[in-house]
Amino acid sequence: MASAPSRLDIEQANDVTVATFKDRRLLDEATIDLVGNQLYSLIDEHGYHKVILDFNDVEYMSSSALGKLIKFHKKILAVDGSLRLCNLKPELQKIFKVLALHKVFKIDKNRDKSIKKI
Amino acid sequence: MSDTSQFDYTIQSELSESSRIQEEIMALLRQLGFEDEDLADLHIAIEEGLANAIKHGNQLDASKQVKIEGMVDGNKVRIEIEDEGEGFNLDDVPDPTLEENLDKPSGRGIRLMRAFMDTIEYNDKGNRLRIVKSCTVQG
Repeated sequence: MASAPSRLDIEQANDVTVATFKDRRLLDEATIDLVGNQLYSLIDEHGYHKVILDFNDVEYMSSSALGKLIKFHKKILAVDGSLRLCNLKPELQKIFKVLALHKVFKIDKNRDKSIKKI
Repeated sequence: MSDTSQFDYTIQSELSESSRIQEEIMALLRQLGFEDEDLADLHIAIEEGLANAIKHGNQLDASKQVKIEGMVDGNKVRIEIEDEGEGFNLDDVPDPTLEENLDKPSGRGIRLMRAFMDTIEYNDKGNRLRIVKSCTVQG
């Protein structure tokens, strides 16, 4: 069986992993499941502990997608890793603020700032 | 814009059906000339409403149906989503923004709908959602 197409662009710089979402909208459940599994594999299969998630191309995401993100955050914390988010568009910032998730995640304006702080 | 338009769908309780119908509804709303920000807000609210109806209302039972009725009157969009479930009490849904609930899964969909729509209400039984939003029409 062919493997599912990757929903994330992965880049490595030293011990930091930058994962960029390819989808503009994280609403569709099938896509969200794929994204979730690919996120979890960064820790479970590849053992990455320092991860930056780049949302540059994402316009909006559902509560279900946010649930995957929260689970991913827990996984990172469980292995003493660190996670930073960057490049959130205004619509996405609004979603995070409405749900008070800006208190949960470390969010930076851009990727350079995340790389410096992680 | 003074036109009135209506739409009416019935789907099986499958998430793939939800995605398909959302694309149809969004295409229709886009044609009416609403601004992108309003369309994004509506898309999120419709997704959350349908996900709640399918997952929590109909418990992913594909033999059960979800009805979606929409009415656009000028700049006002009203959408009703009804499932065949037991219903629930909106007051019982935990506030996902409280410190103790921040990493719990429930309540976020409702919270997003509340934030992005002008009105969100359920019938007494709790199986029929109505969301209303006044939108801006692109000049």
